[in-house]
Amino acid sequence: MNPGPSHAPRTPGADLPEHPDFLWRDPEPKRSYDVVIVGGGGHGLATAHYLAKNHGITNVAVLEKGWLGGGNMARNTTIIRSNYLWDESSAIYEQSLKLWEGLEEDLGYPILFSQRGVLNLAHTLQDVRDSVRRVEANKLNGVDAEWLEPDEVRKVCPIVNTSTDIRYPVLGATYQPRAGIAKHDYVAWGFARRAHEAGIDLIQDCEVTGFATDGNRVTGVQTTRGTIAAGTVALCAAGHTSVLTDMLGIRVPVQSHPLQALVSELLEPVHPTVVMSNAVHVYVSQAHKGELVMGAGVDSYNGYGQRGAFHVIERQMAAAVELFPVFARAHLLRTWAGIVDTSPDASPIVGRTPYDNVYLNCGWGTGGFKATPGVGWALAHTIAHGEPHANVAPFTLDRFVTGALVDEHGAAAVAH
Amino acid sequence: MQLIECPWCGPREEVEFHYGGQAHVPYPDAPAEVSDEEWAHYVFFRDNTKGRFAERWCHSAGCRRWFNAIRDTATYRFESVHRLDAPQPHATELARSRRSTAP
Repeated sequence: MNPGPSHAPRTPGADLPEHPDFLWRDPEPKRSYDVVIVGGGGHGLATAHYLAKNHGITNVAVLEKGWLGGGNMARNTTIIRSNYLWDESSAIYEQSLKLWEGLEEDLGYPILFSQRGVLNLAHTLQDVRDSVRRVEANKLNGVDAEWLEPDEVRKVCPIVNTSTDIRYPVLGATYQPRAGIAKHDYVAWGFARRAHEAGIDLIQDCEVTGFATDGNRVTGVQTTRGTIAAGTVALCAAGHTSVLTDMLGIRVPVQSHPLQALVSELLEPVHPTVVMSNAVHVYVSQAHKGELVMGAGVDSYNGYGQRGAFHVIERQMAAAVELFPVFARAHLLRTWAGIVDTSPDASPIVGRTPYDNVYLNCGWGTGGFKATPGVGWALAHTIAHGEPHANVAPFTLDRFVTGALVDEHGAAAVAH
Repeated sequence: MQLIECPWCGPREEVEFHYGGQAHVPYPDAPAEVSDEEWAHYVFFRDNTKGRFAERWCHSAGCRRWFNAIRDTATYRFESVHRLDAPQPHATELARSRRSTAP
């Protein structure tokens, strides 16, 4: 039988480009490392990168129970900004933003960092007062910030409904022009590739099941792939931090909640910036490909299920459509949730623990993505020197005893 | 959205309820005498269990009464609900604060 050229069997997908080379190898864990980082998300990978780059520490393993960047790193809404109220917060977030500005070059990898600005809308007189105060505080801390009246908001983002006849009218907004978005997966991959090049082992499918301790030191990490001895341990497990600290008998004041987000179908470019509204629980940008990316508020209950209730999405979309009437005909493509570890003062908890060689990095709540390079830099320094980096020194676990809280509910609240 | 069984009203939609966090956290017997650390733990620290968790709920858009529930935080499934005046079989065991083994 001669099927002839037109009937030749073809391999499906044969005309597609080659699969890219792997960006990191998939090693077997060694018996021992100088530093073991638990959590292969953005924070863990960034910490590994800066341990190698800034401190020459490369006998490092990053343990990930799933796949690299598959937790909150794959689920966040990628907003990057530094317009926080307090000095302590603006220090670390602004340093992080400066690192974002040079990150593509540092990683040698495209991260599609787009500084399209962020508007934080004010809907009440109290919102306006708080926002103007935050703008002034930002200016004093060298963070770019402006207060915009409604007509100026409309110039930055013409699709925002600035009419006065909506339930929560836009009374103005803070604007940070240097804020923006980045392609979250590429950020994880870029950090992973650099860490891998430096000789760091990125070990996936490796869940921590316990810790071996000796007095006030942890000597090893027990995992589903065997026990791994560790000189120093850094916990970068975000929403699952409590699962680890429970194994260590450390109490940490975080509560894990599902935080949902959603995307629309692909649309023509309609939304030039990032808009956040804490009052109505909306934050939205348009991804490079064209989806509208929106985040909701957390589901109220403690949860680890990486999913949430649809009524939260429904309310979020109702508010979004009121603020952006043009979205009314967009279709919802998919929704998902990540597990966020919220702290009592809406600020992170980074630094020492009761164990001499265990460092904690958690409590970033709904806003950890923007801090990825900043906290990686500071945590690597903290591990290398055994002393907290100045940028994380205010965010100790013992601030809940001393009372030196960094209350960012005003700047952070629901949306990050 | 799921149906939550109010011990007084029966199954109602989740939107009618308000979450109250961990149950059975006792107010210190002598608040003026506790250390800063103990006070911080009372005010700020709560268990964050993955799995079965004893917690408080309020039927805030219904009968407005509080109740306790055992719920799995990984599956979100309610195992049981308890009126405040009823015996709560699992509560004591679940609510017992973890003994700190940290140095």
